[in-house]
Amino acid sequence: MKYFYYSGCSLEGTALEYNISTQAMMRALGIELLELEDWTCCGASAAESISDLLSLVLPARNLALAEQMDMDCDFLIPCSACYLNLRKVDERAKKEEGLLDKINEVLGEEGLGYHGGIKSRHLLDVIVTDIGPEMIRSQVKRELSGLRVALYYGCQALRPYGGYDDPEQPRCMEPLIEALGAEVHDWTMGAKCCGAGLMTTKKEVAIELTSSLLEAAKGADCIATVCPMCQMNLDSYQKKASEVKQENLSISVFYLPQLIGMAFGLGEEDLKLGLNMAYTNSLKAKLAEYRVGITQQ
Amino acid sequence: MSEEKLELAEEHTIVDPMAAIQEKVRACMQCGTCTGSCANSFAMDYTPRQLWRMLQLGLTDELFNSKTFSLCSSCYYCTLRCPRGLPLTEAIHSLKQLAVARGISEKKGSRFYRTFVETVRRYGRVREMELMARYFLSMKSPILPLSFTPLGVKLMLKGKVSPEMPKLYGPGKLDAIFRKVEQVEGSS
Repeated sequence: MKYFYYSGCSLEGTALEYNISTQAMMRALGIELLELEDWTCCGASAAESISDLLSLVLPARNLALAEQMDMDCDFLIPCSACYLNLRKVDERAKKEEGLLDKINEVLGEEGLGYHGGIKSRHLLDVIVTDIGPEMIRSQVKRELSGLRVALYYGCQALRPYGGYDDPEQPRCMEPLIEALGAEVHDWTMGAKCCGAGLMTTKKEVAIELTSSLLEAAKGADCIATVCPMCQMNLDSYQKKASEVKQENLSISVFYLPQLIGMAFGLGEEDLKLGLNMAYTNSLKAKLAEYRVGITQQ
Repeated sequence: MSEEKLELAEEHTIVDPMAAIQEKVRACMQCGTCTGSCANSFAMDYTPRQLWRMLQLGLTDELFNSKTFSLCSSCYYCTLRCPRGLPLTEAIHSLKQLAVARGISEKKGSRFYRTFVETVRRYGRVREMELMARYFLSMKSPILPLSFTPLGVKLMLKGKVSPEMPKLYGPGKLDAIFRKVEQVEGSS
């Protein structure tokens, strides 16, 4: 299996551990990722708040770069916002006649063009659909038995485009977590919003959302996420959330590939658990029992 | 009209942006599923359902004075659940765009988006540290950066953000594309 890999800006900065653990997990599974050297920002949620055309041209530029490579590969995208933006180009182009021409009129300034048809897929979709729990299970070296995980899908990995899981009550991560030997925390918050960009512009509103999520995660050992924005909001504002709810809401928040990598027996150089903000001591002790993060001799 | 302008006008159909947004919600029957599904309606002055009605009635001033659309976090629940299948999240984005274009957008949100997009124009990619520094500068608030300082320090200690400018690209990486977008949108 081979994919175009679009890491996106967050995965070069605040979500570095998502990038490193995703690549390590794919290496362990024998899957090849091709990163486009000259990729640029997808516009995130900022471009669509300024200009509709810009919000389409920015992701389309990356699709055009992939088109130039002339290979029959899907795009694999770990960030939910990047995924939504790249996929939006084809979804909108299918409905709006002349849209690709308009996009190409702009891309032509760089000698680029995109003619549609490259599939943009979320990392979660690739893991559950193409890889599947059986292939994951076959690579497990250390079962994470007794580890209770709250599965958090967030919004844009599922809505408005998705097609690989129920957009309101997603469950596709469950067989994966079970394949790792871990347990699924029972909650109904998997597809609720974390507040996203409001954490920057309307902090008090976003804190309300994250604190409710963290409260519902009580009883789990950790939360699994598939989006850098969700992870950051749940991971980095736990003190504030604990103040709002007046109880200790600290919990470790991992990226799904970090959890899979733990069970694969990958070392800290591949997992980068040390980069997560919230990595609680109680969980460190528990993970030490599975010898997680220690490279096998 | 000059010849060049005439040519552009022929190329791109002229539409009233407000009418185009109204069209998106014309079939709204005021059922309120959107409000019931909205994660942030608790903090809004008008609920999403009320916003669509204001839009249908053309209450432009009330609409742009409300906090509602700047509180959308693009979770797409309303779009998913709307029994009429209306592109509601998209309508919010269009309202945000129009507010920015008319210079009436709420300060914090629009400054942040503008700063973000400006960083992308310059470097092609976003460097979070630089983005936040520019955002704070644009807000001219001495207190705002303080609320983000603890996180910034932690991120720096983890080596996740650096105050350095990205080296990969020089200034103006996406200048040509941005100019062309302005030209095409300005003429439509």
